[in-house]
This record gives sequence, C-alpha cells and structure tokens, in this order.
Amino acid sequence: MPVLAAAESVDLYSARWQMALSLGFHIILSCFGVAFPSLVLFAEWRSRRRGDEALMRLARKWSKAMGVLFAVGAVSGTILSFEMGMLWPGLMDRFGEIYGFPFTLEGFAFFLEAIFVGIYLYGWDRLSPRAHLLSGLPIIVSGIAGAFFVIAANSWMNTPRGFTLRDGEVVDADPIAGMMNPSTAAETVHMIVAAIMVASFLTASVYAVAMLRGRRDRYTRMGLLIPLTVGAIATPVQVVVGDWIANMVADTQPVKLAAMEGLHDSGTGVELSLGGLYIDDELVGAIKIPRGLSLLVTHDPDGYVQGLDSVPPELRPPVNVVHLSYNLMVGIGFGLLAITAWLALSWWRRRDIPRSRWFLRAVAVSGLAFVVAMEAGWTTTEVGRQPWIVYEIMLTRDAVNTAPGLRYGLWAVIAVYAVLTVLSIYVLRRLARRPDEAVAPQEVDEEPAAAREEPVR
Amino acid sequence: MTVAEAVIAAMFVGLTAYALFGGADFGAGSWDLFAGGDVRGAPSRRLIEHAIGPVWEANHVWLIFVLVVLWTGFPPAFAAVASTLYIALTLAAFGIIARGSAFAFRHTVTNPVLQRVFGAGFALSSVLTPFFLGTVAGGIASGRVPAGIATGDVIDSWLNPTGVLGGVLAVGTCAYLAAVFLCGDARREGEPALADYFRRRGLVTAVAVGAVALAGIGIIRADAPRLAAGLTGRALPLVVLSGVAGIGSMALLFRRRYGYARVAAALAVTAVLWGWALAQYPDVLPGQLTIEEAAAGRSTLVAMLVSLAIGSVLLLPALYLLYALFQRPHPVHAVPAQGSGELAPVIPAGHPGRPAARRSAGPGQQSRVRSAAVDVAGVLLGALWRRRRRSAGRR
Repeated sequence: MPVLAAAESVDLYSARWQMALSLGFHIILSCFGVAFPSLVLFAEWRSRRRGDEALMRLARKWSKAMGVLFAVGAVSGTILSFEMGMLWPGLMDRFGEIYGFPFTLEGFAFFLEAIFVGIYLYGWDRLSPRAHLLSGLPIIVSGIAGAFFVIAANSWMNTPRGFTLRDGEVVDADPIAGMMNPSTAAETVHMIVAAIMVASFLTASVYAVAMLRGRRDRYTRMGLLIPLTVGAIATPVQVVVGDWIANMVADTQPVKLAAMEGLHDSGTGVELSLGGLYIDDELVGAIKIPRGLSLLVTHDPDGYVQGLDSVPPELRPPVNVVHLSYNLMVGIGFGLLAITAWLALSWWRRRDIPRSRWFLRAVAVSGLAFVVAMEAGWTTTEVGRQPWIVYEIMLTRDAVNTAPGLRYGLWAVIAVYAVLTVLSIYVLRRLARRPDEAVAPQEVDEEPAAAREEPVR
Repeated sequence: MTVAEAVIAAMFVGLTAYALFGGADFGAGSWDLFAGGDVRGAPSRRLIEHAIGPVWEANHVWLIFVLVVLWTGFPPAFAAVASTLYIALTLAAFGIIARGSAFAFRHTVTNPVLQRVFGAGFALSSVLTPFFLGTVAGGIASGRVPAGIATGDVIDSWLNPTGVLGGVLAVGTCAYLAAVFLCGDARREGEPALADYFRRRGLVTAVAVGAVALAGIGIIRADAPRLAAGLTGRALPLVVLSGVAGIGSMALLFRRRYGYARVAAALAVTAVLWGWALAQYPDVLPGQLTIEEAAAGRSTLVAMLVSLAIGSVLLLPALYLLYALFQRPHPVHAVPAQGSGELAPVIPAGHPGRPAARRSAGPGQQSRVRSAAVDVAGVLLGALWRRRRRSAGRR
C-alpha cells in the first residue's frame, strides 16, 4: 500500500512520518487537555455538593492523572512547534504570517491553561473549596479555546484564505480572515467533540475493566458512569457533525472527498462504497450502496460528485490510505453509537447500565477503539490533502526542510516517543492501581515518603 | 518604534521571561543532578520539587510564546533559524520532553528505584536543554544562520566557539538563577541550613559564570567580531549593567539578602539579553536579515499587537495569582499532621526554622501595603513573600 507518491525523497518521507508521529502522539494528550478537566471538575463539584466521599477520591485520582497527561502533552506540543520550522520551513517562511497567527492566540490559551493547571493541581489544600473549583474553570475554557485555534490553523491548510499571491509572494495577508476560513467551523467542532469522546471513552474503559474484574463499589461505578454519560451524549452529536464536515469537504476539497470514497469517475447518482481496495483507478471488493454518495453529499440521489479523474494523477492523494482510514473512523464511530444506544435503552428501562458483561467489554475496548478512530480521522484529512501542504497553493515537497540528514530525526523521534509512550502508560497504570489516599493531601511532595508507601484506606 | 519593532520587543520580553523563569527551573533541575545520593540529596531535592512543581509548566509556555510570535511576526527568520539549526533544536526538544515528563513521572510513582531513574532523567535533561538552547542563541548571535531555508551549515552553525560559549553560559546562568531563587525559597520554608547550602553553591557558580563570561569576551572577539563590536559599542552600557548587577547579586547573596539578590541576578540576565538584542539591532539575523525585512505584513503585526495586549490583560493577573499562591508559606491549617509538612521528614520538628515558618503564615495587612512596590517586582520574580517573612523574623 503506497503511502506516498514515488516522486518523494527519503527526507520528505521521513519528515512526513516524523510529523505524523509527533502529531498523532500529541493529539491523544490534547484530547485529555480539552475534555478531561471537565470530568475532574464535575466529580469535584458533585462531591462537594453532596458530600460524596467516593466522588472526591475519584476527583483526586483524576486530577493526578491530569497532571501526568498535561505534562506529557505540554512537552510533546513543544516539539511540534519546533518541528513546524525544522520540518516545514517552506510553509512557515511563506505563510507564517497567516498560518501562524492562530498559534499566537493558542499560545495565550495554553498559557492560561498551564497556569490554572498548576493552581488546580497544587491548590487542593491551599485554596478554599470554592476557589479550588473556580480555578478549574479557566482550564476548561482555555483548553477548548486552544483546540479551536490549533484546528483553525489546520483548517487553513485545507481551505486557505485571507491573502493574495503575487508572483508567489503573499501580499495583503489578513490573518483573521485566514483563521475564519470555510473549514474552520466544521473542523473545530468535529475535533472538539472527538476530544470529548476520546477522553470520556478512555476514562470509562479503565473503570469498565475494573468492573469486569469484580469491583462494583460506588467509586468504580461513578468512574464509569460520569465519563460514559458524557461520551454517550457526544456520540450522536458527532454523527451529525460528521455529516456536516463531509458536506463541507465535498464543497471545498472535492479531491479529498473522492479519495475518501475511492471514487475515480466523476458523475451523477454515485454509489457509496464501503471498504474495498483501490487498484488501477478502480475500487475492488467494496460494498456498494446505489446512489448513496450522491444522496449523502448533495442530499439528492442524482447529485453530481467530483471524482479523482478531475485532477491529474500526480495531484491525487494515496487513495487506499485515505479511503480505508475514513471507513475505519466512520465504522468505529457507529460502533460507539451502538454502545450508546444500548446504554440509553437500558437506562430508560431500568435506570442502570446494561447487565450484560458484554456491555462492559464493549466499553472496555471503546476507549482505544475511539483513539484509533480519531487517528484515522486525522490520517483521512492530512493524507487526503496530499500532495498539497496548503491545498492547491503549495506542495508538501516544496515546504520540506532541505537540510541534509533530516531522515535521522525520524529514527530519533520514533525512539523517543516509543520510550515516552511506554513510560506514560506504565505510570498511569500504576496510578490507577494504587489504592487512593483518602485523607492525604493531593500532591506527593506534600506527603511524607512513608505515607505514600502505605496508603491510608 | 515601528510596529515590527514593537512585536519583536514583545517577543524579547517573552524570551527574557523564559530565561528568568524557565531558566531557573532548568537550573533547579541541574542542582538536583548534583544534590548527591538519596539520603544526602533528599532535602534539596524536595525543596526543588516543591519550588518548581506548580509553576514549571507555566514558565515553559514562555518558550512557546517566543516561537509563535517569531514565526507569525517574522516568518523568514523563524524558517531560517529552524531549518539551519534543526539538530540543536531537536536535541533541545528531546531535552524538553525528557525534563517535563520525567519530572511528572517522578512525582507520580512511589517506587524508589523508578523515582531515581526519572529523577536522573529530569536532572540530566535540565542541564542539556539550556545548553542546546544556548548554542542556538550563540549560533544566531555569531551570524552563522543565513537568511533562506537551510542555507547554513547544520553542524557549524551551532557547534562553534560562540555557540558553545552560549550553551555553557546558559547552563551556568540557569544554575545561578536557581540557586539564588532557591535560597529565598529555603528560607521561606524555614530551612536556613538549606538556604546556606544553595548560597554556597550560588556563590561558586557566580564566580565560575563570571570567569566564563570574561573568557567569553576573548572568544567572541575572535569568533564573532561583528557581535563583539555591537556588544562593546552601542550595547556597552547594558553589558556593563549586567556585570555590575551580577557582582551586586553575588554581594547580596553573600550577605544573605536573598530578595534583593534575586532582583539583581534577574537584572543581570535581563541586561545581557537586551544587550545582545541591541548589539545586533536592527538585524534579526546579524548581517543577513533586518527586522523590517523579516517582518510580516502590517495587518498581521497589528493583529498580533492587539492580541498581545488583550492576552496580557488576561495573563498577568493569572501569573500573579500563580506565583503569589505558591510563593506564600503553606497555610498552617493545611498541614494535616505532625511530620507531613513539606520537609518535615528530613528536618526535625524542633528545628529552629519551623516555628518561624508558622509564625509568618499570615502576613499583616500593614506590611502588605508597605511592600506593595516590592510586590510589583515580585510578580516578575516570584520572590516577594519571603522578604516579608524575613522582616517578620527580625522583629
């Protein structure tokens, strides 16, 4: 399965993989940055209002996890800002004044987030309960705002606006117009909802595993129910948003949509293809739904859909990667919708989660499954834009750093991220398993070493 | 001052803040490296962790601030620097990853072996990261980053006399800042012995950094004559100020005036950074690219200035809150039980420092007003509460 066109140099190939790897890693942590604080804060708020000790233990446990996730997210985000120039200086050189602007705003959002994360995590016993709760609110707001700005920058790459090109030079740059491009609304909402789903289902899956192992106490149940409820609300919303963004892509990036659907021939009354492999300009072995694609993207069964044949072969993305990752994302999304419907039905009938262990098993895999879906979604949009880095304006190969030796960076990054991933998972698992310190202060540095070894239960 | 100059000045304010706050965090990490074995190093490690834990992430964002302002406001300069210096930047980025995650991991695990491994990762990367960032600064300042994408030598651009000097000075300066900051923190926590420990180290570091800086004059003259001319010409007053402030901070440290020593040390670092800026003005890449040539279009620069102004209104009170909260002695009621205060397992409760710390927990309203002026400096330094405590201690 060729991931890139044959014309790509090794350094370009390495740079793309390095970027994909760094982004793919960081994005999972960003999802937690966007959505997890709300869960933590909700647990703390309910516990303070109801005097619920189990919820308080949950909030404290989650806030520790939040500390680890935020730290790793902050540093993995920093390397991305380095990579923006180390890997893609051509992009930054020419378009930094438009493309870069949302990042300036994101810088402030992230600043506020980092400040209040510090206050919240280390303020458990320095602040009054009310002040502590309030200190969490800016984390939520700035996390969502930060996501908006970053995705706005990405959406500019898909539908670049806000400038005029004169002899290849940018003139009359309008960074605000660039930020508010046609893709911004749908992309930002799609990603923020996805972030909510990642954080919710991953958190819920931890407690689903605990329940499968026989823990049925209130702490575990609430650990499952709070995030699962949030995820269950977000999932149907995401289906609607998905339709919105697909239509936006069809309108603004028809070649990407054609690659997503594996559609070679432009035409009317086009069928929807699920699965299959794109070989020699033809989708082989796909399940076909007559007129499905026309109906979905034009809301008319006879509507016209542009195919890959509308552009010369060298300007087409690698179809199989885009088509299959798109199908994977949608498939997992509908799988989660089924879990959500199951939960809703059971809750409506008897105010409880389904009795079947299969439900818990499904929730247990839902977290990782949705991470896969989210990564597949990013693969769809990023690979689907190729060979362009700025759609129909700048080719990726024209943006890459021409310095020698770039390829070795990829190996270094693979090694660093492999170690970081293993350690992060190890530390978080240890944190999840460790019995909670019900009365001890939040932060380890405030506790004597002995108390940490022998938890108070 | 043009719009472009205003934006780059704002970026330099961010760079200064990163050098002072982020630098002190890195320096604290390097003191962790030299703290000694588990038992001997425990008190200083605990103080370091306690001091940087709540603030390092916020301090780190200054670097991101500098990067985004540079790439939005001066895209060709960012593209040239990042593409030519990518090796040094990659190494610095790995250091940043190792420092931040190892610190968070050490904080979370309870296994002593793992704590030691993560602690070593944290401490080692705290030395390497400022070194590589310093080589980047040296590479730029010595004019080895040409305009254009990857037009400079990917090795020589940072691995050269001025670059290495920049790296060594960065490591030393961070260590000195941290030692001075930690003296105050130690005294505030009621640990005069620990304050003396960092005072000694601060003084030794100051002598070493001063010697390197003096030798650096010769290195820069030989290696980067253009920079040398700038530093001894237009920027000379700032360079002299930096030297005077540096010596002054040593004297204050020697006399245990830790609050003023912080201000003087910060002034020394600030003066040398702005001296560098002034030395190469109006170039953003010396001899290669001027500020105006590199600047983005006017509407972008104006939009940036507006967002910088609005952002500061949100940011500065939040930063004040953060530093004020954690530079304050831990409230007595929050200490749950005997022996679970921050440093209690190491320092016996009967230690002379501890009662003083308790007494100072609620600074009087009168002294709050009186030291309002110092508070302003304190926002920038995160230093203010300790000073108040000392005056309370004297009475």
